This record gives sequence, C-alpha cells and structure tokens, in this order.
Amino acid sequence: MTSGIDYRTLLARYGVILALVALIVFGWLRYENFLGLFNVMSVLRYNSMFALVALGMCFVIMTGGIDLSVGSTAALGSVAAALASPYGILPGAAAGIGVGLIVGMMNGVLVTRMAIMPFIATLATMLAASGTALLMANNQSVSVSYESGFVALGQGNLWVLPIPAIIAALAYLLGSLVLNFTSTGRSILAVGGGEDASRLMGLRTDAIKFLVYVVSGGLAGLAGVILAAQFGAGQPIEGVGWELFAIASVVVGGTLLTGGSGSVGTTLAGVLLLGILFNVLNFENGKGWISLSAYWQSVIRGVFLLAVVTLQARFVGARASEPAGR
Amino acid sequence: MSQVLPSPARPTSRAFDVLEFLSRYGTLIALVLLIVFNLIFTRNFATWQTLNVNLTQVCTIVIVAVGMTMVIATGGIDLSVGSIMAIAGALAPMIFLGTLFPVGNIYLGVTLAIGIAVLVATLLGLFNGWLIAQFRIQPIVATLVLFIAGRGIAQVLTNGNLQVFKVPEFQWIGLGRPLGIPVQVIMMVIIVIAAAWMLRRTGFGRRILATGGNEKAAELSGIAVKRVKLAVYAISGFCAGLAGLVVIAINSASDANLVGLGMELDAIAAVAVGGTLLTGGKATIIGTLLGALTIQLVRYTLLANGVPDAAALVVKAAIIILAVWLQQQGRVR
Repeated sequence: MTSGIDYRTLLARYGVILALVALIVFGWLRYENFLGLFNVMSVLRYNSMFALVALGMCFVIMTGGIDLSVGSTAALGSVAAALASPYGILPGAAAGIGVGLIVGMMNGVLVTRMAIMPFIATLATMLAASGTALLMANNQSVSVSYESGFVALGQGNLWVLPIPAIIAALAYLLGSLVLNFTSTGRSILAVGGGEDASRLMGLRTDAIKFLVYVVSGGLAGLAGVILAAQFGAGQPIEGVGWELFAIASVVVGGTLLTGGSGSVGTTLAGVLLLGILFNVLNFENGKGWISLSAYWQSVIRGVFLLAVVTLQARFVGARASEPAGR
Repeated sequence: MSQVLPSPARPTSRAFDVLEFLSRYGTLIALVLLIVFNLIFTRNFATWQTLNVNLTQVCTIVIVAVGMTMVIATGGIDLSVGSIMAIAGALAPMIFLGTLFPVGNIYLGVTLAIGIAVLVATLLGLFNGWLIAQFRIQPIVATLVLFIAGRGIAQVLTNGNLQVFKVPEFQWIGLGRPLGIPVQVIMMVIIVIAAAWMLRRTGFGRRILATGGNEKAAELSGIAVKRVKLAVYAISGFCAGLAGLVVIAINSASDANLVGLGMELDAIAAVAVGGTLLTGGKATIIGTLLGALTIQLVRYTLLANGVPDAAALVVKAAIIILAVWLQQQGRVR
C-alpha cells in the first residue's frame, strides 16, 4: 500500500478533500448562515446515519466484497430499536445493533462458508432483512418511547454537538486506528489485494471477511438506532437505496471497488461531500435565483459521481483496471 | 468445498450425482414442484385467470432480466434498469398526451412516444456501455451513476407528478389480448426466443460469452470487446425501456417515483436463480425465464395461501441463496 504511490494516486485519493473544502468555501462565501452553528449541526446530525453505513461499506469494499444489505439492515435496526426503546437507551441501542450484527454474521457465513458471491449473498439478506423488518413492525412505522430518553441518541446534544455526530466521529476514529495501526487493518487490505496470496501467507482470510461483514452489519444496525431516535419511529421501509448511496460515498472517497486499498477518512469526506451538495442546493433555492426541485438532488449527485469516476479512471487509469499486483 | 460436503452418490458411481443433478435442473424441478403443490392446495389455481395474473406480473421482470442476462454474460452488471424504466415511462405519456410538443394524430403520437422512449432508453444503455468500455469504469459503479441520476431525471421531467391517461391505442401494449393472450406475454416470448437464439447460435452470442469468459483472451483473439460491451448495455437499456412502457400501460398512469423501483434486484435475482454465472462466460436465457417464473410463483403461492408479503420476501431470499449454492456445488466437481 505504501510503495509506489505517485501524485496521480494521491490526487485520486485526496481530491475529494480538496473538493469538499472548495464546496464549503463556496457555500461560506455565497450564503449567509452556511457555516452557522444551526446549519452545520443539522447537516452533521442528518448525515451521521449515512456516515456509519458508509464506514462499514468501506471496510467490506477494502476486502474486495460488497454489502447490499446495509439499507434494509438499518431499517430492521430502527424497528428493533423502536420496539425495545421503552426499556431505556441501552436496551434500545443494543436491540438495533444486535439485529445488525446478526444480519452481518449471516452475510459472513454466506460469503465465507458457502462461498456465495458477496453481491448475491447480501442481495438475499437485504430482502430477508426487509421482510423481517416489515413483519416485526406489522407493516407500519413503530413509535419510539419518549419517556425512556431513547430519542436523545438521535435528537440530543452534548454541549453543542449532536450526539449522533459524536457517535459517528468516534466510529470513524476507531475505524481509522484499526485500519492504520493494527494487524487486523493490514490483513483487511491484504485480503482485498490478493486473497489467495494472503491465504498462502497464513492470513485467516475467511475470519477477516467474516469480521468486515459483521462490522458492516453492526454499523448499519447502529445507523438504524439513530434513524429511529432522530425521527421518533422505527421505519421498516426506510433505507431503500442507502446501500448504493454508501457505495457512491466510498467511491467518491477514492476507494477502489476492486479492494486492497482504501481510506476511512476520505470515505467520511465522500459522505460529507454528497450531503453538503444537497445542503448547498437548498441554500441556492433559498436565494431565489434558481428554483430547483428536490428531484434535482439525485440528478446532481449522479452527475457528480460521474465526474468523480471518470476523473478517477483518467488519473488512476490502467492501475484501476488491473487489480492484480496492488 | 467438496471435502466439506461429501456427496451421497460419490462412493458408488459417477453416473448419478444428486447435487450435480440438482444444480443443473434444480430450478426446473422447483418450478414443477410449485405447480404440483398449487394444483393440490391452492384453490382455483388451474384457471386462465391465475395463469394470466402470473404471466402479466412476471413479464416485465423477464424482459428486463433478458437484457441483464446478456450484460452479466460479459461479466458486467446493470444497476440502472429500474431508473431507465422510469425515464421511458415518464417520456412516453409526455409525447402521446402532447405535453412535450403538439401531436395531431393519436396514432402518430403513440408511435412517436414508443419510438422515442425506447430510443432514449437504448441510448442511456449505450451511455453505460461507453463508460464501461471507454473509461474502463467498473460496471457496478458506472451503472450506479444512472441508477442515482436516472430516477431524478424522470422526476424532474414530470416534476414528480403522476401522469394519468386513458389512451387505448397506447395501452394496447399492456392491456391488449389478441387471441386471448396478453400482448406483453407475446412480447416476452418473442424477446426470450430471439435472445436465446442470438446467444446460442450467432457469432455475436459467442463473442458475448467469450468476453465474459476471459476478456484478455477474447481481445487477443480479435474480438472487438468494446463493441460487444456497448451492444449488451444498449440491449439492456432497450429491454428496460420496453418494460417501462408496459408497466405504465398496465397502470394507466406513470409515476416517476415508482416505475421500475427495485427492478434491478428482481432481474439480477432471476438471472442468478436461472443459473447464469455472475462472473460471466456462461449464460442461459431460458434459465433466466425459469428463474423469474419460479420467484413469481413462490410469491403467488405464499400470497394465495395467506402468507403475508413480507414473509414472502424472506422466502425469496432463501430461494436465491439455495439456488446459487446448489449451482456452485455442481460446478465444484
């Protein structure tokens, strides 16, 4: 991972941070209150769910896999958390994270033991998690108990910082430490770089793959807990398309889908970039010069993703198309 | 894998291997078993109406899945089919209702509507292919672009509004019944036969499979891999566009938020259950048809016997896993 990094790879990897800074400066110069406390905190609060899901996705993608089940898992987690919320903050959170971990373990078993392609395995668990969420919730949203204080996980503040944003920040910090400073982190990248070679070198590749799917499931469950707390209800039909948004964030963050390389920090930048893009659109509408409906949000995100991937293909070029040897 | 799961038939002979047999004919057997089960337990199963309901529901999935099979045969994937359906579904009514530009004759309007909508869908597919062939962007990422932007485009076109219409000339493609057979079923059969023939009997079909089997080798042996890729994504776009039109014709309405939602997953599931290798190089159109029919019939069976739709999702998941796992068992030995 360290040798042979040239400026092109650097630009492909850290270009997202430049773009993020540029967008923030643009917003700061153009709109009043863009960097106001309220706006910044609400952007962070809302995007913390997506950030958690993208973090798990990032780890899975670094091993060369993919996890399509995160959106449904978040929905399932929100339902489980809402059902358990009358018993307090901890039981609520534990229920949401717990079901996420279970889905993650199922993914891990399917991918390692049964050797089913990650794309298909997680597609199936996506359907199963969605069905289970609907069954548990009886096809409707489940109100969260307000007496137990559970909603603080989504709506509360610590000083001025939104609690969900703090949770996401801690998760990213931990993720970054694990990836950069532990043997587990190096093993994850090694498995993505070349699974057979890693196995021959004595790495327990199946255990590592199992681990990343469990982590991804747990984080998706946690995102579901925050979803339920933030909107006051467990929502069995939320989370549609979250998996693809998470993949887009990871890709925008410069992590290649072929595995073997990646960065936790730039993934966060990718999430924020896509989130702030929406925020800027809202502000622009507020100025009255243009009036773009909310539908433009996905068009702009798509065009943005297009720009990023074509630029990446240009800069990283032949390297991206030849995953072997990295 | 083979050590983990000893086959019951192994010690005696190689002539008959249960897993191998199941991996090859499992989908067909499952389909037959489902039909037998329904004949016994589901009331009013053996009626034209049941057949019609199931076939009309499965048609759009099959049409999209045929295009998806071609794409997957080259080792790619197309996540954008649902969004392309939404765009085609949004465009067509705008043309035959005259909101985009005035059209005098309704037949001209309908012809233009179908022609332009399908053409745009095909071009969008071509755009996917261009990204993948020219820029060497991974198919899952390249088609993710249109997955995200495409539905937005359809929503922007219609401003998110529902377009309601009553135009029998157009809706014939979803509601017409020549000789008592729904038009879209005829369309589905033609597309399946044409695609199966193309994949098996033509040079283009062999080039598709060669590209998916080993792209480098295919290129070195003189196959224009880029052109093959452009073609399969264009075909997938075409199929999606057609399916989008059928959906809105049946509904008498076009809702950009809903047309084709989740279709990419249904289509991929049908392809996988049907026995097409997701890594490319081996594909079966008839398998895809059987896969889609099986998934549809499972859902129908569960619903007809009082199992809620949500539980049907869980069963669907189990079937996908079981089918793919069985196919792998057959392949290992």
